[in-house]
Amino acid sequence: MSLVLENITKKVGRETHLYNINLEFETGSRNVLLGHTLAGKTSLLRLMAGLDRPTSGRVLVSGEDVTGKSVRKRSVAMVYQQFINYPSLTVYKNIASPLKIARVKKGEIDRRVRRTAEMLHIEEMLDRLPAELSGGQQQRVAIARALIGDAELLLLDEPLVNLDYKLREELRVELHDIFEERKAIVVYTTTEPTEALMLGGNIAVIDEGRVLQTGLTPEVYHNPATTKVAEVCSDPPINFLKGTIKGGAVRMGWNIEMPLEHHMKSLMDGDYMFGVRSNHLSLSRNDKEDVEIPAKVELAEINGSETFIHADYDGLRLVVQENGVRLVRIGAEITIYVSPSSFFVYDEAGALVASPSREAVEGKLT
Amino acid sequence: MKGKKKTIGLVIYFILLMMPIYWMLSMSLRSNADILASFALYPKGLTFMNYMRIFTDSTWYMGYVNSMIYVAMNTVISLSVALPAAYAFSRYSFVGDKQMFFWLLTNRMAPAAVFALPFFQLYSTIGLLDTHIAVALAHCLFNVPLSVWILEGFMSGVPREIDETAFIDGYSFPRFFVTIFLPLIRSGVGVTAFFCFMFSWVELLLARTLTVTDAKPISAIMTRTISATGLDFGLLAAAGILTIVPGALVIWFVRNHMAKGFAMGRV
Repeated sequence: MSLVLENITKKVGRETHLYNINLEFETGSRNVLLGHTLAGKTSLLRLMAGLDRPTSGRVLVSGEDVTGKSVRKRSVAMVYQQFINYPSLTVYKNIASPLKIARVKKGEIDRRVRRTAEMLHIEEMLDRLPAELSGGQQQRVAIARALIGDAELLLLDEPLVNLDYKLREELRVELHDIFEERKAIVVYTTTEPTEALMLGGNIAVIDEGRVLQTGLTPEVYHNPATTKVAEVCSDPPINFLKGTIKGGAVRMGWNIEMPLEHHMKSLMDGDYMFGVRSNHLSLSRNDKEDVEIPAKVELAEINGSETFIHADYDGLRLVVQENGVRLVRIGAEITIYVSPSSFFVYDEAGALVASPSREAVEGKLT
Repeated sequence: MKGKKKTIGLVIYFILLMMPIYWMLSMSLRSNADILASFALYPKGLTFMNYMRIFTDSTWYMGYVNSMIYVAMNTVISLSVALPAAYAFSRYSFVGDKQMFFWLLTNRMAPAAVFALPFFQLYSTIGLLDTHIAVALAHCLFNVPLSVWILEGFMSGVPREIDETAFIDGYSFPRFFVTIFLPLIRSGVGVTAFFCFMFSWVELLLARTLTVTDAKPISAIMTRTISATGLDFGLLAAAGILTIVPGALVIWFVRNHMAKGFAMGRV
């Protein structure tokens, strides 16, 4: 089976939610739609499911035009961001409902419900009502219902966003393994680049109703084609510095200078935009090549086992991601160190002209 | 001290509230001659004669039967019409939906008397006069809009994603509506049924105008207590007490749902 979206446009009233989308999905593939909130991810998912009709364009399943086909007649399963279950049915009946409608035999239903419940660790809760479960368990029930029917198209709309941090990590790993075994087309939307990377597969970066870039998830992550893609693919936000290349040297901001080396060697003289992810900025020197950026601390937020330090450099806000919990005084003068090999370089139009080599950044990732 | 004052206040309030009902109960347990002869705070010569007359005389008890028949008919018709309408108003947007929704409510603005004559003329032409269905249909004019209004509030409280999930799972619309959706708005259906019942049960003018003998409601039969020989207070009081009973029973059964309905702000 394959799913093809052909020139899909969706207008609601006068607003256009999706502009001329062309995407292709192959059976057995895992696909991530990455984009900020209101980018159009949910609209796109609803079109794929058949819950909404595109204003123009076609949806093809295995070559057959299904644009106007009712969702009831399609082989689709969907998990919503909110925990949606049938409140009046027990967990068991909730999970069994797609099979019951499809007139599967009782014994077979029972076997599959128990197997799916076990896979999602809710086998103890089968007799309860959804309202008697915690949020994470409710979402597990919704996921179990989506998985049980062997639907050819499995859509998940930010399924983990309403869960707390720990549960999210746990479920993310489990989902990854579950998807591995599926023959279906899995489409997963998220706002978090880390989640996208974790799930792997293919990615489509969406912003304001447009598909900006598609490809293998790690490829896109390491080579964001435009500044906008780099923004969507980075959390905390990527840091941009304006600069020029002239006579074999790079000048950024008002006092940063570094030699034109590594991946930037072949660049022509001119004005550029330099992007660097916050995990490549550091408060300590890691290499003698590192460039120094003097800045003033504005805010330090502790996020799990990481600390994000927001610092002001000449009116620009830079975010430094440091491992471990760091106590940084607000207003303190600090020096940020960054390796010249970790800069993405964009031309004035915002298109990628040079990206750091994988070794340079991955060494830092681990 | 303050609690005590509150209790005294409440007791006085309830005494005032229950006074007319107590008076009616007391009268219903006395003979008419006794009522006319002396003033008494409580019935001295206790008698169930008035009640016995109502339960043995078919012209009397048929009044209750008639009322119950058309009230039940009306409740069923109102609900079965209002449920799909309320679903449409809550789930779909169509041209003029908001205007139409408001227009429904304006149906309740005119007094029933305004409609009595047109209804009488219409029903006598098509031969519906003096049937239960005639009254039931006439009452729909008031009950359907109210039902739609109340049910829409309850339905909008159910996330639309539940409907979609059911359709994705392959439920047909009727099956989804009955097995998934209705249980979720149980309280709403209960509250709506209660309001339909209540309105239809107490409404006098249309019910009396549209019936002659076969479907005559109890409230119309009560006027028979006035005769050339005077007013039979005891009998009238007994009939009044019996008229309160069904309403009280229904309230007892839906009291928990009622609170929910009021909390939703639509009742």
